[in-house]
Amino acid sequence: MATSIKKLPDIEQVLSGNGACGGCPATMGLRIVGKALGSNAIMLLTPSCSVASMGMTPRLGYNWPCINITFASAGSSASGITHALEVMQEKGRLHGELPTVFAWVGDGGTYDIGFQALSGAAERNDNIIFFCYNNEAYSNTGVQRSGATPRGSFTTTTPTGKRQPKKNMALLMLEHNIPYVATATVAYPGDLYDKVVKAKNIPGMKYIEIQAPCYLGWQFDMPETVQMSRMAVRSGAWLLWEAENGKISFNNPSSLIISGKKDAAPVDEYLMKQGRFNRLLKGPDAESRIAEIQGDIDREIAFIRERAKITI
Amino acid sequence: MKTAQVIMDTGAHAAALAVKSARVDVVPGYPITPQTSIMEALAAMVENGELHARFIPVEGEHSSMAAAVAASAAGARVFTATSANGLLYMHEVLHMASGGRLPVVMCNVNRGIFAPWTLWADHQDSMAQRDTGWIQYHCSSNQEVFNTILQAFRVAEQINIPVMVNFDGFAISHCLMPLTLPSQEDIDRFLPPYEPEWRLDPAHPSSFSNVTNAPEYAPFRQMLSDDIMASIPLVKQAAQEYKDITGMWDGDTIDTYRLEDAEVVAFAINSMGAELRLSIDILRQQGIKAGLLRPRLYLPFPAEDIITALPQNAQVMVLDRNYNFGHPGGILASELKSVLFGRRNDITVKNRVMGIGGIDLTRQFMAAEIRAMMDE
Ligand SMILES: Cc1ncc(C[n+]2csc(CCOP(=O)(O)OP(=O)(O)O)c2C)c(N)n1
Ligand code: SF4
Ligand SMILES: [Mg+2]
Repeated sequence: MATSIKKLPDIEQVLSGNGACGGCPATMGLRIVGKALGSNAIMLLTPSCSVASMGMTPRLGYNWPCINITFASAGSSASGITHALEVMQEKGRLHGELPTVFAWVGDGGTYDIGFQALSGAAERNDNIIFFCYNNEAYSNTGVQRSGATPRGSFTTTTPTGKRQPKKNMALLMLEHNIPYVATATVAYPGDLYDKVVKAKNIPGMKYIEIQAPCYLGWQFDMPETVQMSRMAVRSGAWLLWEAENGKISFNNPSSLIISGKKDAAPVDEYLMKQGRFNRLLKGPDAESRIAEIQGDIDREIAFIRERAKITI
Repeated sequence: MKTAQVIMDTGAHAAALAVKSARVDVVPGYPITPQTSIMEALAAMVENGELHARFIPVEGEHSSMAAAVAASAAGARVFTATSANGLLYMHEVLHMASGGRLPVVMCNVNRGIFAPWTLWADHQDSMAQRDTGWIQYHCSSNQEVFNTILQAFRVAEQINIPVMVNFDGFAISHCLMPLTLPSQEDIDRFLPPYEPEWRLDPAHPSSFSNVTNAPEYAPFRQMLSDDIMASIPLVKQAAQEYKDITGMWDGDTIDTYRLEDAEVVAFAINSMGAELRLSIDILRQQGIKAGLLRPRLYLPFPAEDIITALPQNAQVMVLDRNYNFGHPGGILASELKSVLFGRRNDITVKNRVMGIGGIDLTRQFMAAEIRAMMDE
């Protein structure tokens, strides 16, 4: 059982009064992450909504030392910090428990421009937590497509709906043979919290991806962020799982879908809630394009179900 | 001065030895000819415990500089090295190092840039980074590489500006020359441990390099520009104190040879500066009053020292190992003319581009070029 939301610690690392939109999933996710990490941490950010939200120099909406770095380099910059801290401690220049080094990066900075540096850091198994908050587009620059944008979705650079499926980044990270990979979403805060606590205590590279429905890009009503995210999980469009040393286990309610105990809700309802699929849903070929999206989801479920059977 | 040791060594390995004696903490690295041997040597030193540091084998140079700046922001002394396309690939992050006021030291082993590929030396790579806000030295010998890296750490950490130590691929990086190694005790006296004024520290949550409005952004940039100029006295002081402690001297912002009474002055940087001394001797034997002025410091450009050092009515022959695209000739000549304008109207400046992509620059060749330029 995941920790109940009522039992999460009171500590707030996301301070009140930042620049995010109301209902921002990135800020919501970061708030839970803050409860799990506590204040002894160093945060890296790449250009994104979470930077736009943090307040302009010299103000700061997050209660950590925060370093803004180049868009492509969250993985390698986090490596630089963690190695620096470790060697300074070995040399007697730092004392006490070392801070957790974590990168807080959008899907653009993870799936696309930051993929190489992330892959390098993972392959080196450097001691960091890399969070991707995945709002499935470049929101900060006005909602352009990313490698995480699902098929069919409208963005300003896919005006008739994206034709390609998204990458499965979490699985790609799993195949880097790192000690911990997890997926989460803001609708299941206890699950996210537990995963971050677990990651914090594992040395080496940890990758946690948080699905983050963004009302602006996805075009739904601002107060419905959490509900959107829950619908994504119930339809199987987002799966909750974690893998310690390559061994996958599924978390509720995704585990019920994977095991066949419960059917995933059809994707239509989830798609219909979002304006970004409007054009597709209203087009003459709507049926076949929805079938394509459903096909993408079914394939991912089938794939990870089989992948989870590999436990050596 | 404690007993120094004299060995035969390559420029690349001399660089690695200097980095080791600077007691660096973090070395991110990625191979590229002709720099690779520096990284290999440092990786081996870390592996066998000779150097207590972390070597981070990153997956490319953008990441190499990204790891370097972040490690520096965490409070570590950081070194990396690169060449040519590796340096170009870092470009965006070079700006973060200078704008972030992070005292990273880097060797750039000069190599011509793609396309087409060449493995051999010229200075287009570092000249293309002229406007990144880094201090740039150019060295003319293996010994000077060693000495300059230590001076670079001192200057960088005094003024919080990153420093690039340039030297030519192969002619310096791969050639054996005698190398005097000062004692570690002397080096420690010259280069104290790095104590950053600020670092990423959870006890003091603050943002670093976050978004600014113009009223904050503009002063940051102005300060950087001012401080780069203000590094000149620190460069001189570092050279002088290094000399006081180790007895070695390569010049400070500039190095000169037979300059006092010269009527014809060769003006060039990097390994050309060593070979040109011999060209000057050849010209002197031919009855030409020749001398050499070699800027060690390319950026900031040591305008005052150059203006003071040039003899009256000299003809200055600028030998550029790079192109100043869009202008005839090379970049050094432009820089020199810009500082002489209105200050030294007695000086004539002539310019030739040579040695591109490693074309051999012998003493005889350069002496002949200078003679030919005299008749232009
Ligand atoms: C090298 C570089 N290219 C492009 C940009 C412009 N840029 C800033 S934020 C951004 C998109 C960020 O997308 P994502 O990482 O998904 O974060 P989000 O805005 O969705 O939170 C882009 C393209 C940049 N800052 N740096
Ligand atoms: S656009 Fe979306 S991700 Fe960005 S701040 Fe607003 S709600 Fe958050
Ligand atoms: Mg995004």
